Amino acid sequence: MIWNPDIECMSRDELSQLQGKRLRELAVYVYENNRIYKDRFDQIGIKPQDINSIEDITSLPFTTKMDMRDSYPFGLFSKPVKEISEIHVSSGTTGNPTVVGYTKEDVQLWSTVMARSLCCAGAEPGDILQVAYGYGLFTGGLGLHYGGLEMGLVVIPASSGNTRRQIKLMQDFKPRILACTPSYALYITEEMKSMGLDPRQSEWEIGLFGAEPWSDSMRNEIEESLGILATDIYGLSEIIGPGVCQECHLKNGLHMYSDVFYPEIIDPDTGKPVAPGEDGELVITTLTKRGIPLLRYRTRDIVSINYDACQCGRTSPRISKIKGRTDDMIIIRGINVFPSQIEDVLLSIDGTHPHYQLVIERSEHGLDTVEIQVEVEPEIFSDEIKKLRAFEQKVKAHIDSVLSIGSKVRLVEPGTVARSEGKAKRVIDKRNLN
Amino acid sequence: MQIKQISVFLENREGRLADVCELLGENNINIRALTIAETEAFGVLRTVVDKPNEAVRLITQKGFTANLTDVVAIEVDDRPGGLAAVLRSFVDADINVEYMYGFIEKSADKALMVFRFDDPKKAIELLKSHDFVVVSNSDIQSL
Repeated sequence: MIWNPDIECMSRDELSQLQGKRLRELAVYVYENNRIYKDRFDQIGIKPQDINSIEDITSLPFTTKMDMRDSYPFGLFSKPVKEISEIHVSSGTTGNPTVVGYTKEDVQLWSTVMARSLCCAGAEPGDILQVAYGYGLFTGGLGLHYGGLEMGLVVIPASSGNTRRQIKLMQDFKPRILACTPSYALYITEEMKSMGLDPRQSEWEIGLFGAEPWSDSMRNEIEESLGILATDIYGLSEIIGPGVCQECHLKNGLHMYSDVFYPEIIDPDTGKPVAPGEDGELVITTLTKRGIPLLRYRTRDIVSINYDACQCGRTSPRISKIKGRTDDMIIIRGINVFPSQIEDVLLSIDGTHPHYQLVIERSEHGLDTVEIQVEVEPEIFSDEIKKLRAFEQKVKAHIDSVLSIGSKVRLVEPGTVARSEGKAKRVIDKRNLN
Repeated sequence: MQIKQISVFLENREGRLADVCELLGENNINIRALTIAETEAFGVLRTVVDKPNEAVRLITQKGFTANLTDVVAIEVDDRPGGLAAVLRSFVDADINVEYMYGFIEKSADKALMVFRFDDPKKAIELLKSHDFVVVSNSDIQSL
């Protein structure tokens, strides 16, 4: 079923009218309610009244991750804090984390787009949904939860981890839908095999797998091993969390809810739009948010866009799977990681600045592993194993607490980290994600 | 009283130990004592040679991480209970041995043991007050 057919199947002209009207309202709203945006409008000499159609969006300023960090915690809010009803904080960048505040209306919007996503994947009211994304400051768990409640699903808030219990929930309650990261889906599969169960006999029929990039070969593997329709869901906490766009059963691009999250694809260097079908950076404007609405937010994700109507009946534009990043961010088990964070951690330990590299692999049961290789410089070295071990442990503890992922630290000989043109290659990603 | 041990960081990879030993051999440096402490991923080679300063320079030039560590080489009676007697006196004086290993050569009825103490000063005071024979750097060269 289609959750909001009047909007999701709207003609392009009507949609464009609606987007234009909402953009103008948004321009007025942020100008009147947010100091940072007001100053930017004034600086570039535009007035909200200059915005009359969606095409005028190109005259508005971009918003970047840096803006969000610099304005931490409440600088980009357009509502006083007491009118916010939920706050999420994402780690995954150096310096300040990213804060997102939702008003009641924003939570309703989130519920709506997630209900659209669940329907898009094939859910029907009354289906049982097992949410195995983490609940908490990470937006995955609650996003799916709200969407499930909104469209009348039976929600099991399993959260992530405790895999044997997940399997028991599946056996006992027979949920039709599973929502988790794709790597966790593979991990569950392995666990079922090790328990002597046949994953193909699982009750799940549909999966909403997201929060990390995954390839088509990984999709095939999940579909074959679990006997499930594996769909891709995309989102980011700055915009709303999960529910920015979702694949339908045809798996031919992710339907973007452009009536509320307006996409532009730009050349990251020039900021100019690229043609449909061309790769570029995805830029999103939250047309209707109230707590922390963002103008032209640069996601740094590289995608292409397709405006043709889909055979599923939806007319919303579809974006491709994420093809890459404009920065060096990597996603490990759904957590955003920047190599510079690792650098900061190493620097904070004994003030050493060793050569290091991250080696990321996807184990055969689907979970990403990250190994941090640190070259043993004389300052780190000791003739005593226990001191080297202690250093290893210290690095691990620091990195695990900053990145909230379990890492492995490996001490290596000098010269291990390849140096090219004086600049070391910091990340060896062996996962074949694209 | 103390002698220089060279400690070298080695990854658990084929040929790394051979590389170090060949380097010493090519430069006419003689290994007198040697041990390796290993973990799953790496090891530390600890060795006493006849020309420690030259050896550590060559090894670090080759790109290895290495340093010189002060250790004490002690003559131990080569008889049942010989080492135990030495160790007991350390225990009684509350001196902790980090690690120890044996020399390749031995003189007559004595075995030579290398000790790494967490508090070498205290250990040497004890050694002086007992009649332990402690080997010097020059002794090592003439072994």
